[in-house]
Amino acid sequence: MTKITMTVNGKSYSGEVEGRTLLVNFLRETLSLTGTHVGCDTSQCGACTVHVNGQNVKSCTMFAIEADGADVTTVEGIAAPDGTLSTVQQAFQDYHGLQCGFCTPGMIMTATKLLENNPKPTEHEVREYLEGNICRCTGYHNIVKAIMAASGQEVTPVAAAE
Amino acid sequence: MHNFELVKPTTVEEAVAALQGDDAQPLSGGQTLIPTMKQRLAGSEQLVSLTGIASMQGVTISGSTITIGGATTHATVSAEVAATYPALSALAGRIGDPAVRNRGTIGGSVANNDPAACYPSAVLASGATVVTNSREIAADDFFQGMFATDLEEGEIITAVRFPVPEKASYQKFEQPASRFSLVGVFVAKFADGVRVAVTGAGEDGVFRWAEAEAALSANFSAAAVEALDLPSEALITDLHGTAEYRAHLIKVLTKRGVNEAV
Repeated sequence: MTKITMTVNGKSYSGEVEGRTLLVNFLRETLSLTGTHVGCDTSQCGACTVHVNGQNVKSCTMFAIEADGADVTTVEGIAAPDGTLSTVQQAFQDYHGLQCGFCTPGMIMTATKLLENNPKPTEHEVREYLEGNICRCTGYHNIVKAIMAASGQEVTPVAAAE
Repeated sequence: MHNFELVKPTTVEEAVAALQGDDAQPLSGGQTLIPTMKQRLAGSEQLVSLTGIASMQGVTISGSTITIGGATTHATVSAEVAATYPALSALAGRIGDPAVRNRGTIGGSVANNDPAACYPSAVLASGATVVTNSREIAADDFFQGMFATDLEEGEIITAVRFPVPEKASYQKFEQPASRFSLVGVFVAKFADGVRVAVTGAGEDGVFRWAEAEAALSANFSAAAVEALDLPSEALITDLHGTAEYRAHLIKVLTKRGVNEAV
């Protein structure tokens, strides 16, 4: 076992992990931060997306030891401490960007990073950036609308299918 | 996944020493290795992480040569070479998805030599040099077949050095589920000739299309490719497409590459 320490949502945590412990297991099972979901466990679906040192990564495809000393943000760290939703979260609620909600943590983390890097994306850029996040309910239309709205841009009544 | 010990050296020397151990294996971004280990198709007693080695990080541009540290992520490569080598930037920026590009590395991709990976085509078409902890290997000598390279056990790719062509293009016909190339063609035009490398199609992995190189070196136009007929022997047939389909795609993508080269 190896002792690791990382900052998660602004708070420092330590724990003992095996070599094979994935970052997502450490977050969910050791820190009880179960907002981050494991969907496919094969790096395809993106439900486990978190930010590590400011970059969106799939936490099911990174060992916890590799995040030793890192600054990690999970979906629990996106809303304000008083519970006020972030712009992206509020837009997902307003535009019904979820149905079952399983993919939503990953969608929120990916969308948040997209708008940091590209504050006014085109609809095409939004869809392209979501390539690694799979939703099996919504058909993506409302997710794309929510992200366009969160960027302060006009939301077309029916998003064009691609 | 079977358990293992994970060590994080901070220098190439420490990593090379750690890899001398019994059943030790290098770990770079892990975007292929970790899923493979979960399926128990790979596994070892010790993984040696290469991503904490500072000297293997980053991109250096000097004149018309780009040197990319082996542990540099696709996202970093895409951003750093955008102005100098747009075709390489575009290739790196379309590997996998954004989260994968933030972890996956050029050294890991080149060392793995997946027959459908994007990077091997850029390395081969550019006539790049693979730099390891002990030597320099020309791209033409490096790739030795599907998942096979000239690397020795425990040898680490510390950098890849690219000469910048006059113009180039990477055309990827993507397999949408895996986001690997069903077929990818990298066309690079240098002062002394054109190189064309094909990924996703060869039974022995990435290869150069010699006839197209000769035709394009004489006349860099899509018309020069039109007359060529690429035999489908030695091309892959799988559930995504036949060898004949891949041969057709190679020709179409080569023409597109010539037309769109920048």
